[in-house]
Amino acid sequence: MDLRFTPEEIAFRDEVRAFFKTSVPEVVRRKMTEGHHLAKEDFVSWQRILNKRGWATPNWSPEWGGTGWSPVQQYFFLDEMQQAPAPPPLQFGVSMLGPVLIAFGNEKQKKHFLPRIANLDDWWCQGFSEPGAGSDLASLRTSAKRDGDHYVVNGQKTWTTLAQHADWIFCLVRTDPAAKKQEGISFLLIDMKSKGVTVRPIITIDGGHEVNEVFFDDVRVPVENLVGQENKGWDYAKFLLGNERVGIARVGVTKERIRRLKHLARGERDGDRPMIEDQGFRERLASVEIELKALEMTQLRVVASEKNRKDKKPDPASSILKIKGSELQQAVTELAMELVGPYAMPAPDELDEGSNEPPIGPDWAETVAPVYFNWRKISIYGGSNEIQKNIIAKAILGL
Amino acid sequence: MDFDLSEEQQLLKDSVGRLLADHSSFEQRQANRREAEGWSRALWAKYAELGILGLSFEEKHGGLSAGPVETMVVMEALGRALALEPYLATVVLAGGLIRHAGSDAQKSTLVPKIADGSLTLALAHGERQARYELADVATTAKKDGDVWVIDGEKGVVLHGDSADKLIVSARISGSRRDRDGIGLFLVDANASGIVRRGYPTVDGLRAAEIAFTGVRVKADAALGTPGKAFAAIERVVDEAIAALAAESIGVMSVMHEATVEYLKTRKQFGTTIGAFQVLQHRSVDMLIALEQARSMAYYATMMAAEPDAAERRKAMAAAKVQIGRSGKFVGQQAIQLHGGIGMTDEYKVGHYFKRMTMIDTLFGPADHHLRALAATEGLVEA
Repeated sequence: MDLRFTPEEIAFRDEVRAFFKTSVPEVVRRKMTEGHHLAKEDFVSWQRILNKRGWATPNWSPEWGGTGWSPVQQYFFLDEMQQAPAPPPLQFGVSMLGPVLIAFGNEKQKKHFLPRIANLDDWWCQGFSEPGAGSDLASLRTSAKRDGDHYVVNGQKTWTTLAQHADWIFCLVRTDPAAKKQEGISFLLIDMKSKGVTVRPIITIDGGHEVNEVFFDDVRVPVENLVGQENKGWDYAKFLLGNERVGIARVGVTKERIRRLKHLARGERDGDRPMIEDQGFRERLASVEIELKALEMTQLRVVASEKNRKDKKPDPASSILKIKGSELQQAVTELAMELVGPYAMPAPDELDEGSNEPPIGPDWAETVAPVYFNWRKISIYGGSNEIQKNIIAKAILGL
Repeated sequence: MDFDLSEEQQLLKDSVGRLLADHSSFEQRQANRREAEGWSRALWAKYAELGILGLSFEEKHGGLSAGPVETMVVMEALGRALALEPYLATVVLAGGLIRHAGSDAQKSTLVPKIADGSLTLALAHGERQARYELADVATTAKKDGDVWVIDGEKGVVLHGDSADKLIVSARISGSRRDRDGIGLFLVDANASGIVRRGYPTVDGLRAAEIAFTGVRVKADAALGTPGKAFAAIERVVDEAIAALAAESIGVMSVMHEATVEYLKTRKQFGTTIGAFQVLQHRSVDMLIALEQARSMAYYATMMAAEPDAAERRKAMAAAKVQIGRSGKFVGQQAIQLHGGIGMTDEYKVGHYFKRMTMIDTLFGPADHHLRALAATEGLVEA
């Protein structure tokens, strides 16, 4: 038992840290720090920088462009990226679809799609959730009926993140309506430009447009766009959802947020003294830092145990990381609300970067409340915290 | 970075675990409480046989030269067994001071006796007005020729009633809360002028109020340089916090396991109560609290030997907050989920809860350490 990293691991961490310091475009870094939404070009330009460096798809198998990094190196890469702060490579392609194609796709699909995912030539979005299929994902109803060389897809997906930018969507569709719930589902790749695909924005409580509804109305999809075998899609979806273990807790994100809070609290005054000297604020901050240190150690325990893992099955411990990680990310948004004080209130119509209007109150205030509201999503998406607890109760506690 | 135990550490874990399973079941433990000293000399002799009493002392003095990880392994096992014996008092606290402040001559004399189980010790440091402030020492030691004369009162001295020798802290100069001016003295527990009032503590262990009136010790009874003892005291308390963090993992694990087991067997409304989602989620919340505490126990263990005192203190404060909060939650919910049976003195869970509660109190509860950490720059460096 030893907390220390090897000199090689430290050298690697320093290398990625230096890379993030010099390579993240200033506009992207600033938007991330200040809590603004990124534009499509921001994601694309950054991912191409990563791809040029060979680091866009570290988690893939080396034959398809992965880096072959050890779990510790993967951890450092994500942690440093989160702390930079820099956006991760677009997760729908890199973290979700890529590994599924590598594991279950055919050669043609891999050769065509994987390099385009890495370079963000294709923007992918995820078509899993439906109005009637949220936590109970397997009750999805979007249908795909075979018609010659095509599937004809009808139905609706929802909460589709950044579908407004997407070129392609990977969908779970029902190909055998007679089969039991989890059987009869297939994993299908659909071109968003296909006739019959409609995207409608959903505006969330923070006023932002991240998520969408996607409608399919007699959309014809070539059968070659089926991934793996028909009616085996649920297995691929489980593989996808259980794939990410390292980085799910987003400890680096919370660290970066805490650093920024401390910085801002030095400048924000309460009467004669800066907020950083407020005892209550300091104690609440310290509380979060303690839980975060514990979570970081829990995460390292999972990283360290990767070397002992024989199977690729989801580690139920990642559910703990997800639950605690989401709670802490949300906790720092509450601290930011406390810090900003009355200037949490103004809700200017125009939140876009580059507005010429002077800020109302502190120049960092306008995104605090929107981020607080927006980040409530973190304990909902990717399997709500309550679903994660069901998983732990069953898989770890045997209840 | 590696969280696996080495082969030797695993062996230690297995043998301590086996010893306690064989000789310190909950029923045996309850019986041992009724022994004259409130714990089992026979079991203590077995600890000695196993080598765990000399664990962290240097080999040249008769120990095993083991580090914080080995102490963690032992303390977690003692926590699982809810051990009554004065391991913390003798080996971790007093033993730690001997390791850090003692001379070669003192170590050569004392360590073999600690290791073979013939000598038990207690640290007489805390005073009523001090609460958790380590530098607050009103007890005095005054030089009279070549002897020191000690006067003062020490409170809640862990296992102070049965200890053969005491290490007592006393002020030789400065005012009551000065870090400078504190000395440590090794005294025979039955020396003239010492009055001990022993009592059971809430967790079934023992402690004592100890009055020192004109207690005379020779100059060579001083551990380290009189007046310069504070750093060693602080260091040993940090090591004790790391050890308590490990013990609390054992304590919490048993409470959690017992609760999950109960959920799987207790039937109401025609089903095992573990079928109810509200209880499933509560037991998951307990698991998360336990795992967060375990992570901090590892962190504390690995920071226990950190030479930078400020960094070490921050780590221990953080660990103490985490184990205090996790322990309170796991303990309270273990009682709650057991229902009425959890309230009974006969059943083990309540005793684990009481030990966990006392662990929070020892060396300052969660709120105390939260304030201490909040007074620093925190754990996330700027």
